[in-house]
Amino acid sequence: MKVKEKIIEFILKLCASITIFTTIGIIVVLLFESISFFRTVSIFEFLTDTQWTPLFSEKHFGILALVSGTFLTAAIAIAVALPIGLTIAIYLNMYAPKSFRKTLKPFLEILAAIPTVVYGFFALSVVTPFLQTIYPDLETFNSLSAGIVMGIMIIPFISSLSEDALYAVPKSLKLAAFGMGSTRFQTAFKVMVPAASSGIIVSIILAISRAIGETMIVAIAAGQQAQFTLNPTIPIQTITSYIVQVSSGDAPQGSLEYKTIFAAGLTLFLFTFTLNSISFWIKKKYQEKYE
Amino acid sequence: MNAIMTEKTNETKTEASPSEKYKLHAKNVNVYYGDFQAIKDISMNIKPKSITAFIGPSGCGKSTFIRLFNRMNDYVDDFKMEGKIKIDDTNIYGKKTQVEELRKEVGMVFQKPNPFPKSIFENVAYGLKIQGIKDKELIAQRVEKALVQADLWNEVKDNLNKSALALSGGQQQRLCIARTLAVEPSILLMDEPTSALDPISTAKIEELIHHLKEFYTIIIVTHNMQQASRISDYTAFFYMGELIEFDKTKKIFTNPEKKQTENYITGRFG
Amino acid sequence: MNNLKKNRYKDQAFKALGMLFTLFGILILAILLYNIVRVGFTRINWDFITSLPSRKPEQAGIYTAIIGTLDVMLLTIIFAIPVGVGAGIYLEEYSKKSRLSSLLEINISNLAGVPSIIYGLLGLGIFVRFFNFGGSILAGSLTLSLLILPIIIVATREAIKAVPSSLKEASFALGASKWQTIRSVVLPSSFGGIITGIILSLSRAIGETAPLIVVGAMAYVPFVPHSLFDTFSVLPMQIFNWTTRPQQGFAVAAAGAIIVLLLITFIMNGIAVYLRNKWQKKLQ
Repeated sequence: MKVKEKIIEFILKLCASITIFTTIGIIVVLLFESISFFRTVSIFEFLTDTQWTPLFSEKHFGILALVSGTFLTAAIAIAVALPIGLTIAIYLNMYAPKSFRKTLKPFLEILAAIPTVVYGFFALSVVTPFLQTIYPDLETFNSLSAGIVMGIMIIPFISSLSEDALYAVPKSLKLAAFGMGSTRFQTAFKVMVPAASSGIIVSIILAISRAIGETMIVAIAAGQQAQFTLNPTIPIQTITSYIVQVSSGDAPQGSLEYKTIFAAGLTLFLFTFTLNSISFWIKKKYQEKYE
Repeated sequence: MNAIMTEKTNETKTEASPSEKYKLHAKNVNVYYGDFQAIKDISMNIKPKSITAFIGPSGCGKSTFIRLFNRMNDYVDDFKMEGKIKIDDTNIYGKKTQVEELRKEVGMVFQKPNPFPKSIFENVAYGLKIQGIKDKELIAQRVEKALVQADLWNEVKDNLNKSALALSGGQQQRLCIARTLAVEPSILLMDEPTSALDPISTAKIEELIHHLKEFYTIIIVTHNMQQASRISDYTAFFYMGELIEFDKTKKIFTNPEKKQTENYITGRFG
Repeated sequence: MNNLKKNRYKDQAFKALGMLFTLFGILILAILLYNIVRVGFTRINWDFITSLPSRKPEQAGIYTAIIGTLDVMLLTIIFAIPVGVGAGIYLEEYSKKSRLSSLLEINISNLAGVPSIIYGLLGLGIFVRFFNFGGSILAGSLTLSLLILPIIIVATREAIKAVPSSLKEASFALGASKWQTIRSVVLPSSFGGIITGIILSLSRAIGETAPLIVVGAMAYVPFVPHSLFDTFSVLPMQIFNWTTRPQQGFAVAAAGAIIVLLLITFIMNGIAVYLRNKWQKKLQ
């Protein structure tokens, strides 16, 4: 009896430890190939060169060209998703009648459930042609269209996390504000949003992290040209779409091309890891404050 | 009798208590939750087949104390206990104690009815099935016996497969009592068993407790002074983690030794 | 008085904006679905589903992609569910407030935020190269299993947390051991929540493309995989491949495949939402 209980506990513990091994695996794999990469390419060149051309005959390994593309699309996405997502969150929390809310939320959830490859197709075949009717110089592959569609994808992410944060604000605060004659608008922006600020900030940070790591939309709609630029109308390449490009080809194991995707992946992992850690830290601190 | 005597030889002879007279025996018990001391040096002896009521204001330690007898406090973080608690002369906090075995001997009924989201039958059979009893006839027999004992059989005998959640609050609580009885314990712990019930259901359960005394040693925590005086043989008054007074119920309610006890039962505080 | 009017005006303006944005989201969804159905619907027929991929867009079908998707899902279910649910049970019921449990917690929250393409690199380094599974269906499924593990764990924990502690106490008080309590009280009561989380995580896995590209899923697989070590394709892979080709015919085929993929995703999500509502009602 006792033995059986111990065995079961051990097996369950093993299941939980797999998550630790996953993290260790990620770090080891990324570091292992990256270290071998940095034996050939200096870290200095990697961090300062503004050209990224590992697949050309004249090779440059400046990650900045990929980082700029990554942050450009992410910035466009957040510029779309933040105002819309936050407004929706406040609207649903403060204004929308319960029945309306109940019907709307599933639709927003559908937006979040659509596979990203579908969004990529949508960006390339619908949004880009539409934007070209407004701005004819827009190239077929560009970061604007990819960024906008990525933003649409992230809207439900921000709106639902921010609404959770607003929902967690004690009801008494809301009632107190109403009791002093505030309108819903004043209550929302003077009381609720400040009170929920840490939760909202967490949702924004996680959204940025999500946008940086998003792959398929940019791989399909933003092009495959690594350029150190902030121009949203021309083709660019992100870290993720570079990894896709190399993987779709046939880079032999051990070749420099093969190693570049791990160095690029390590860079991406460091960005998202930092952002996720900050958000985790804010969340922990915020929980303590309210408990 | 013999069994008790032989077991007793393992104990030191200096334990002078005439243990065959007592079912439960607590000595110098202290309980801490982290830095907070919830029970302060309490000793108490409880006679078999008696009803003992624990009374006292909220937070006085009576619930903590009753949960010591089936070791339900073990799951609380930072729980620490000192002292000795014995049932039939066996130290239940000893190294060899199997908590699961102990709890088959010491049943518990909780403040709010907490039937499992299963059928009425499955609820009562639960304790038997986890003991590994597979004999369907035996299980059915014991379920019926427990439901009869808990005075619920006539109301549910035609609906044994219905969900327990469909019963009324009072019926649910009697089901929980039946579920406990099915395991055939010798001690029943009841932690405010009627506080979530209406007066009619309460009366029914009180009557039931009175009948059960014939077979079980019962401890009941209650906030209701009348209830304590109506059903119990002995009453213990707790205050701030201390046992202020413990005596025959009649004595406590008519002529308490301590001023604090008198103040509490006459409603001057609490 | 004037000020009050201004405030009320602002209030109404924001309400309108909120409604507008919410409807904007739904409008985009409608445009997206309309365009895909408009383009792809012509391809939806039995031939499309039962044909092998082809270099000629009019003849290309999604048979191998659908079979690949089903195979990968089956394997992912086998790998990820027992481990994910087991880990969730451990974290919620066994691990005390120790350093290990807080480490596990931080780690899982971090894993949930790791981009899916990084999981692809992990799969490439560990399963494809180190274990030498190659770009096989096994390597792909293992990679996706690790990807959805955090989702299943979190869902399991949430569902177990929602089980009233009074039920657990009742079981312990009857002499049940920890595992008996988990098996016969905790898991039956949290089943609805766990299943919902599992379905949602699988619907996520079905739509994943990036990690499988990195692991080496092929866009053009002219046969159905017969063993765990065969190369494979999945629906999103096929869609990605067709999307990147210049001929218009492939865009139509991509739209057709998207209709099938969305149908599967929506049905799974619908079931999950239905189960969640049912379970939440039962809990109350």
